Amino acid sequence: MATAFEIRRRNQLIIAAVVVAIMIALPLGIKDVYVQNILVLTVMYAALSQSWNILSGYCGQISLGHALYFGIGAYASTLLFVKFGVIPWFGMAAGGIIAAAIALIVGWPCFRLGGHYFTIATIVLAEIGLILFLNWDYSGAASGLQIPVSGDSWLTFTFLRSKLPYYYFALGLAAVVWLVTFFIEDSKWGYYWRAVRENTIAAQSLGVQVFRSKMAAAAVSAFFTAVGGSFYAQFVSYIDPDSVMVFQFSLLMALPAVLGGIGTLWGPALGAAVLIPLTELTRSYMGGGGKGIDLIFYGAVIMIIALARPEGLLSLVSRTRHAPP
Amino acid sequence: MLSAANIAQILMSGLLMGLIYALIAAGLSLIFGLMDVVNFAHGEFLMTAMYATFGLVVMLSLDPLILSPIVAAIMFVVGAFCYRAIIVHAMRARTNVGMVQVFATFGLAIVIRGLAQFAFTPDYRSIPKSWLGGQTFSVLGVYMPAPQLAGALASLIAFGALWLLMKKTDFGKALEATREDAGAVGLVGIDRNRVFAMGWGLGAALVGLAGAILSIFYYIHPDVGGPFALIAYVTVALGGFGSVFGALAAGVIVGIVEAVSATVLQPSMKAIGIYAVYLLVVFLRPRGLFGNL
Amino acid sequence: MSMLLETEALTVHFGGILANSDISISVNKGEILGLIGPNGAGKSTLFNLVAGTYRPTSGRIRFEGRDITPLPPAARCKLGIARTFQVVKSFETMSVLENVVVGALVRFTNTKAAREEAHRVLDVTGLSRRAEADARELTPPEKRRLEVARALATQPKLLLLDEVLTGLTPAEAQKGVELVRKIRDLGVTVVMVEHVMEVVMPLVDRAIVLDLGRVLVEGAPQAIVRDPKVIQAYLGDRFHA
Repeated sequence: MATAFEIRRRNQLIIAAVVVAIMIALPLGIKDVYVQNILVLTVMYAALSQSWNILSGYCGQISLGHALYFGIGAYASTLLFVKFGVIPWFGMAAGGIIAAAIALIVGWPCFRLGGHYFTIATIVLAEIGLILFLNWDYSGAASGLQIPVSGDSWLTFTFLRSKLPYYYFALGLAAVVWLVTFFIEDSKWGYYWRAVRENTIAAQSLGVQVFRSKMAAAAVSAFFTAVGGSFYAQFVSYIDPDSVMVFQFSLLMALPAVLGGIGTLWGPALGAAVLIPLTELTRSYMGGGGKGIDLIFYGAVIMIIALARPEGLLSLVSRTRHAPP
Repeated sequence: MLSAANIAQILMSGLLMGLIYALIAAGLSLIFGLMDVVNFAHGEFLMTAMYATFGLVVMLSLDPLILSPIVAAIMFVVGAFCYRAIIVHAMRARTNVGMVQVFATFGLAIVIRGLAQFAFTPDYRSIPKSWLGGQTFSVLGVYMPAPQLAGALASLIAFGALWLLMKKTDFGKALEATREDAGAVGLVGIDRNRVFAMGWGLGAALVGLAGAILSIFYYIHPDVGGPFALIAYVTVALGGFGSVFGALAAGVIVGIVEAVSATVLQPSMKAIGIYAVYLLVVFLRPRGLFGNL
Repeated sequence: MSMLLETEALTVHFGGILANSDISISVNKGEILGLIGPNGAGKSTLFNLVAGTYRPTSGRIRFEGRDITPLPPAARCKLGIARTFQVVKSFETMSVLENVVVGALVRFTNTKAAREEAHRVLDVTGLSRRAEADARELTPPEKRRLEVARALATQPKLLLLDEVLTGLTPAEAQKGVELVRKIRDLGVTVVMVEHVMEVVMPLVDRAIVLDLGRVLVEGAPQAIVRDPKVIQAYLGDRFHA
């Protein structure tokens, strides 16, 4: 007999299957490149934000520097492709592994410290990454790298005619990160991460190895963020430090999760579905990012959610676990 | 080759800029010490102060130096207002306290940045003419740009005033008491919220003073606060979170490290030296160089 | 009777303050030991030394004959020492069940098994009804129970209870007393820190009274309550309060 817990878990999987099915069908009727573009970005940010959520939401270590891992992913696959002809599929894996390794190296000094030190360290490290890449001639320094696009090919993961392949890859990535999160939720790490987030001292007293838990969360989070970065590089086919490693990305990775519900399974996806189309529309109809409307909008969203509903939008939808007492 | 004169010049430039960094960091440190909140909008306070100076210069045709107390006063109001309107709500959060505080101030930062872009466009602006702009003093062959020198002096004066304020006035005592134990001060008739609001006002006023002077020799644009804020975080961590006078010494160190890195590395990479110092300090001495263990 | 835990001349300073001085005590297997004393006697300090939260300035702690002085709390938990916190530290946004599962995972790697263990512990501690509620929704006495449940889920040999009975109504305290007895009957050795003697004396097999960071007396509870030194210490406390 299935317990209430098992039924709940199964229902989550069914919901996920339905959502993915809808998302697979969604772009079929859409020919408008602009709309396709929004769809790709929405799904990509759902994946990225879920990756961020693993470290910052579940484990409670708030990173405002995930642009570093994103950029590392973008550069790793692009450099391998452009300089050595390694197909992006391997590049993605390489980028993910490099990012995870860097996350561990970074985490080693930072994770023994309280929250503020870590958050500031993440910003600092992303800045260091940005400066290094801006000055690294091998990677094209400030002028960046162009990915050669010969024609439509799954092997080199480049497509000229349609954005759909990119969309389906991003959807697949989002689904994989979701699944990983889903399985982690009911694993030792899932419990330990949340315990660390809620109360480190109590967690320690119950045998939780706090440092190791944070390191694991950081590695998983960085890995998928970098895969997202590799994907983005292929998608836009041109990268430079200012387009893949800037603070804006750190912000855009955190935002959907915060909006939808930090530390929840569906928060990042929900947040991305609301936020990204809205941002793109604001940008087109309010005229360019240069006017600052998008920033005012992001900032207000973050502030209002943080103050009025720290549990995120999801808490409005699902009453089961996150309803206030 | 580095000659003695070069080294003296590097140290002097670092010292002057470092004192300005200390002034920027002082407010951040004050607020952190008072209520354990890192204000992620600190850089945007600085940027606001710079635009305020710019606006006042244009409107009143007065020198930034004369206007700096006015800018500080304006920023006091801005800081106290931000506390009353936003931070006070963040302090009430019962769950996810850390996340709420980070994102409330971080969101505020993004809004201020957006507002600046909306109102002033992302264009770089500068104050065309001022008493000190472009002037340089020279002592024994060591050059000191007048605006930096003014900033350094203002910083020392501000720290002196802060010291007097904290040691000699009732408000300073209330501040100290609240730092020690925010819960207990209510029992002795101190209005905690009032002290916090004053703390935010004071913190913003300090960074306002820095902004007014920076605007003499720095381009003003909506993103100008970011790098300075990062330096301020580094300074505060280096000085020991919450130790205002630790920030003074740390600021000087940061300034000198920056000046040295600009010479040793390329100037475009000078920030890396500072960031490396942050990571090193966090790694070796997590409570900061001057924090109490 | 065999010895479970032993401290050897434990001393700890905080700054210049001597919080514990030369404390040598032992805890026997299967007993309920009361650690009592007036405010500031050093009970909590000793408690935290045993749990691993503080490091002693000098002295040793032995658990089942093994020197555990350098071990951090998590490692001690693994060996079989569990604790509760005087100021409760629930995982607020996790459910009551999940709170307890965290504890159980130190013994079970499989989450399903850990969940089953957690359910069993919730049964013992009388929290089954609240299993699905978020910890933050619990009443203060329920939160105390959750502290105990979580610690119990780590299957400790030694359970350290930090003022779990303080501040409860007499009816709640009575339930708490029954729970502690039940835990001991499960074979767990219990050390409980309490400030109020009346609550613990009927419950404990043996009591150690601390005063000013030192062991004042130790013995059977009946003898302790009549000991003039103890009365003196508590009266002094009352006068200074």
